[in-house]
Amino acid sequence: MPDTASVLPKVVDFSREFELLVKAYEQSGGVPEALRDNRVGSLAVHGNRVLGANAVEGLHLHTEQTPTGVRVEVRVEPGVRIARPVHLCFGLLPEEGIQEIHSVFDIGEGAEVSFIAHCTFPNALRVQHVMDASITVRRAAKMVYQETHYHGEQSGTLVMPKTRAVVEAGAVLQNEFKLVKGTVGKLDLDFEAQVAEKGVCEVAAKVYGKKRDEIVVRESLRLTGAGARGLAKSRIAVTDAARSEVLGEIVGEGPYSRGHVDCVEVIRGNEAFASAVPRLIVRHDTAKLTHEAAIGSVDKKQVETLMARGLTEEEAADVIVSGMLR
Amino acid sequence: MRLCLENLDVAVNGHAILRSVNLTVRKGEIHSILGVNGTGKSSLAYTIMGLEGYRVTSGRILFEGEDITSLPVWERARRGITLAWQEPARFEGLTVRQYLALSRRSAANGLPPEEALLRVGLEPRRYLDRTVDQSLSGGERKRVELASVLAMMPKLVILDEPDSGIDALSIGFITDAIRTFARFGASVLLITHQEEVASVADRSSTMCNGTILKTGDPAEVARFFRLHCRACDHVNEPDEEVSPNA
Ligand SMILES: Nc1ncnc2c1ncn2[C@@H]1O[C@H](COP(=O)(O)OP(=O)(O)OP(=O)(O)O)[C@@H](O)[C@H]1O
Ligand SMILES: [Mg+2]
Repeated sequence: MPDTASVLPKVVDFSREFELLVKAYEQSGGVPEALRDNRVGSLAVHGNRVLGANAVEGLHLHTEQTPTGVRVEVRVEPGVRIARPVHLCFGLLPEEGIQEIHSVFDIGEGAEVSFIAHCTFPNALRVQHVMDASITVRRAAKMVYQETHYHGEQSGTLVMPKTRAVVEAGAVLQNEFKLVKGTVGKLDLDFEAQVAEKGVCEVAAKVYGKKRDEIVVRESLRLTGAGARGLAKSRIAVTDAARSEVLGEIVGEGPYSRGHVDCVEVIRGNEAFASAVPRLIVRHDTAKLTHEAAIGSVDKKQVETLMARGLTEEEAADVIVSGMLR
Repeated sequence: MRLCLENLDVAVNGHAILRSVNLTVRKGEIHSILGVNGTGKSSLAYTIMGLEGYRVTSGRILFEGEDITSLPVWERARRGITLAWQEPARFEGLTVRQYLALSRRSAANGLPPEEALLRVGLEPRRYLDRTVDQSLSGGERKRVELASVLAMMPKLVILDEPDSGIDALSIGFITDAIRTFARFGASVLLITHQEEVASVADRSSTMCNGTILKTGDPAEVARFFRLHCRACDHVNEPDEEVSPNA
């Protein structure tokens, strides 16, 4: 790995860049104290520069700069329970640019860890953000990963988060992607996981598309082991001329594997577009997969209930949609 | 008079559901509605609340002397009418605390959330941060609904079977809550199948086939109901088709 300092132009003022990133991070919902607290595992990356990295006992962070981003290796030692959530901050402040994050997560046997990630592109006019994550949650380990995005107000971001996960026997992976404030731009979310015996994978995407935003969400789970369980959940709202397409796919291969696709897409206004395609494939006669999808306007009974408490139709719909995306 | 229904005819999907309904509810009065399944009790509740699909084809609804027949739901609510559903809606991501706060928003003298919950027998510490979604049991959800109406404390409360799904030991909380409304000067239109609950009423009406058969003293109406309605083989079927533009 090249020494970070040697490849950077001398004019870069790290502390100022860090402060600006932290400010944007806070605006997107991040907790700035977490990035400064040495008892909390954290990583802050602006563009292709690692501005801060703090490992804690049992957690190893290894970073490597690339021309357009960083490679990150996150490893948790077997049997270690990381008490506080690890905070990750990725961002790009200029209006234009590319950030590519290639990450490898390796959660050792029986370990337990949770991550709170924020990705922020507050001024984006033409920003491209590629996330390529490979996750291994080893036997009986547990990983919770929550990622919140903020892409500014100008629909100027193209974001492609791609995850390939392996959930080993008895392990748990809970993954949530959230982009509900500001605009989306273009989002192409692609999540795939393979779940072994008695493993559990729950994946959820919550996105609010506005203006001309384009949303594509693909969640795909392969339940290979006996008694493996999977939940592919999506909550999408689209307004104005925004479009969303959701593909929720589960393959039940293991005996007694159980999977559920749960998709709700709310469309507000006549120009928006929403589609959902649940796909269930069963390869074992004791496996059982189910799906529910509700696409359309906000639920009438919910709206009328809130209107009966004095909220207008618009106010009621706002409350219902923000609850759904919470 | 707080509520006055005058010769109300209501159609749903082109079917006449309510026919020549005449009913008055006084200030601070608890008025119970009896009737076998399918007589139109819920339809009456929805019509007073102004829900979509309940079309008043003739007659009018007066609230505090003003004609509200064509007002939207939320305007009726802001004037002081609310409804607790027989099967209340569930909300993802909305906590009991937030739900009660919303109910209280447009209310001048609603009860604070903690007190509203205590009055329906739910411990605030255990329930305020719960979500009003599928994770609440049927009975819990019904109680939260009643609490949200206490938090609003409107002038007219329509309760559609507030006792259904409530365990026998807790029925007292429901009847107490109903009396609380009256003490605050609110009127209650109480739909129920249970005599114990109906016994809190000041007046009572019995419905049959979309209309009100008899109104009067609760004991008398209950006797009438037992004598005539329980034994009656009258089929509660929607009446003849009415034209959509009628
Ligand atoms: N959308 C509809 N289309 C056709 N018929 C309807 C519709 N809604 C209600 N009805 C009919 O109107 C009648 C009155 O229904 P309503 O729900 O008001 O009865 P209810 O007295 O509340 O009964 P319960 O005691 O079972 O709650 C019933 O016969 C019902 O089938
Ligand atoms: Mg009913």
